[in-house]
Amino acid sequence: MSITGIIFTIIVVGMVGLVVGFLLVTASEKFKVEVDEKVTAVREQLPGNNCGACGFPGCDGMAAAIASGQAPVNGCPVGGAPVAEKIGKIMGVEAGETVKMVAYVRCSGDCQHAKDKSEYYGIKDCRAAAAIPGKGAKACTYGCMGFGTCVKECQFDAIHVINGVAVVDRTKCKACGKCVAACPNGLIEMIPDKAHYVVSCRSQDKGKAVKDACSAGCIGCTACTRVCESDAIHMNGNVAEIDQTKCTGCGKCAEKCPVKIIHAR
Amino acid sequence: MKLATFRGGVHPDDGKSLAKDCPIQVLLPGNELVFPLSQHIGAPAVPVVKKKDTVLMGQRIAEAGGFVSANIVSSVSGVVKNIEPRLTVSGVKVNSIIIENDGNYTPVEGLGAKRDLDSMSKQEILTAVKDAGIVGLGGAGFPTHVKLSPKDPDAIDYIIVNGAECEPYLTADYRLMIEQPEKLVGGLKAMLKLFDNAKGVIAIENNKPDAIASVQKAAAGEERIEVRPLKTKYPQGAERNLIFAVTGRKINSTKLPADAGCIVDNVDTVVSTYMAVAESTPLMRRIFTATGEGIEKPANYEVKIGMSFAEIAEASGGLKEGTTKIIAGGPMMGMAMSSLDVPVGKTNSALLALLKDEAAEYEETACINCGRCVDVCPSRLVPKMMMDAAERFDKESFIALNGMECYECGSCTYACPAKRPLTQGFKQMRQAVMADRRKKK
Repeated sequence: MSITGIIFTIIVVGMVGLVVGFLLVTASEKFKVEVDEKVTAVREQLPGNNCGACGFPGCDGMAAAIASGQAPVNGCPVGGAPVAEKIGKIMGVEAGETVKMVAYVRCSGDCQHAKDKSEYYGIKDCRAAAAIPGKGAKACTYGCMGFGTCVKECQFDAIHVINGVAVVDRTKCKACGKCVAACPNGLIEMIPDKAHYVVSCRSQDKGKAVKDACSAGCIGCTACTRVCESDAIHMNGNVAEIDQTKCTGCGKCAEKCPVKIIHAR
Repeated sequence: MKLATFRGGVHPDDGKSLAKDCPIQVLLPGNELVFPLSQHIGAPAVPVVKKKDTVLMGQRIAEAGGFVSANIVSSVSGVVKNIEPRLTVSGVKVNSIIIENDGNYTPVEGLGAKRDLDSMSKQEILTAVKDAGIVGLGGAGFPTHVKLSPKDPDAIDYIIVNGAECEPYLTADYRLMIEQPEKLVGGLKAMLKLFDNAKGVIAIENNKPDAIASVQKAAAGEERIEVRPLKTKYPQGAERNLIFAVTGRKINSTKLPADAGCIVDNVDTVVSTYMAVAESTPLMRRIFTATGEGIEKPANYEVKIGMSFAEIAEASGGLKEGTTKIIAGGPMMGMAMSSLDVPVGKTNSALLALLKDEAAEYEETACINCGRCVDVCPSRLVPKMMMDAAERFDKESFIALNGMECYECGSCTYACPAKRPLTQGFKQMRQAVMADRRKKK
């Protein structure tokens, strides 16, 4: 092959490249889709996890929704207050107060506290275990089964099964809420990060049945509801629940709880 | 003649020698009997007694709560202690009627009155079956009166009595066929009276030659009844396989046996039907096998429905030391239990206790794509792929792979060299899918 052949090829390919490039540039200018500047600006501020926690299809969807006023500026639970402030500036509105939320697993029936009723053979997935009567190996049918479906859902490595119970790492949790939706027992809930006290049980069984199954279960004695001065703790069926908006963090309920399942955070 | 059978299946060790030669003994219950309101497929029954009511043996204590539902009858006389949720065999707590047994077994009026089968009309037979609260005693618990009233009774040309008892270890049906064949034939005759075009087939696996002989003798001279030996293979007694073996017709999960012109009933169901129709005795007892290497003295019993598994275990000399697994039913399809303090329901046919060796626990290893599960699956499914979907909890793929056609016979799990928990997984997926479907309705 002669040197002219090589040079000729380079020239031809180079020319084709230039022509195509020119066409592409014209086309992109001519057929441009008008995008609101605000959308682009908002999109740049969003974290870009595409987790879907806001309820919109990914961060692009959220940016469009904020720019068109369909979503509040503080609608991104992952970004929290700093992102809300920046987006608020772009949109020219006050961000308002954002309360940092975290996920919390309402079960403390770990291997030491919860009794096993059987051995479990089957798919290692909480959703599958919940489909059969008796729900997993633990004697309690309300508690954490510990197969880690929530762990698989979490994009932020913030939830882990430790000693048979899922535990949320508060520093890593971005409050996207995926674990809340994943838990078939509905054990995970969103609470304000600065919540003082939490009830770490959700068993609706009666006191004796709870005691037989787990030493870290709410027996429904109602002592905490009687001792609370700010009317923040009430019974939901057979289990105590704290209204975090009213809780002052005095700690009397935790002190009074005979089974010590109201934990300070 | 080639023996009737189906494609696929496995040959597990049958373990029947343990209880095979033990005649049926009548076992009386202790102080407390528990009657869960859901002992059948369909809507739970509705209690018709209150706390502190006095009940007699044979008295109806709960009424069918819908079209597909069944009555429940007290098997003892005594006082209703309470109506509260109690643990049942499946591991779930079910609202149950608790009756304190007074030990007198005072019958209600008319219990045991003989009736002449020949002079009874079709409607009288159906009403007798319905009032007696009879359900499929083989395990599924489908209300028998519903089964016996198909849309088009003239289209039914086979009534098949399922005497296959292919489930290893169980010998209750076998003993019943040997000891009470005339009741079996009588029950089948009562059912045949309802269907003018039908022929009765009593299908028995050929590993029970004495049962075949006994039933043949009792059915001698009956023109409409035939005793058909079947090839011994698990799961020969599964309804779809049995219909295929006897008639060559195929059905799937969307069809009922009646769509193929068949009605299939377990041996004990047919005997109970006879007792309800000809002896005015509702379903208060069932034949029950207590067996397995973990049982001190394996035996077959006639137990009162509502008595506890613990009492039966005690009557059999208790559990041996080293028993690691207790199962309600057989080893292939039975349900492992976490406690013996559960009542015997209409559908519970056995207590099986296994020692460490029999209940060998295996580590699951990776699938090697050998295809044995595909070979043995009687429903012609691909368990390997279904399990892959199940491990991801991918319901759509599971349904697309026809996972809902699985009837959890356990053959694939038995055959799997990697010891994957296939049937367990399918059971869970099926439950989850069915729960979704119920929600949608």
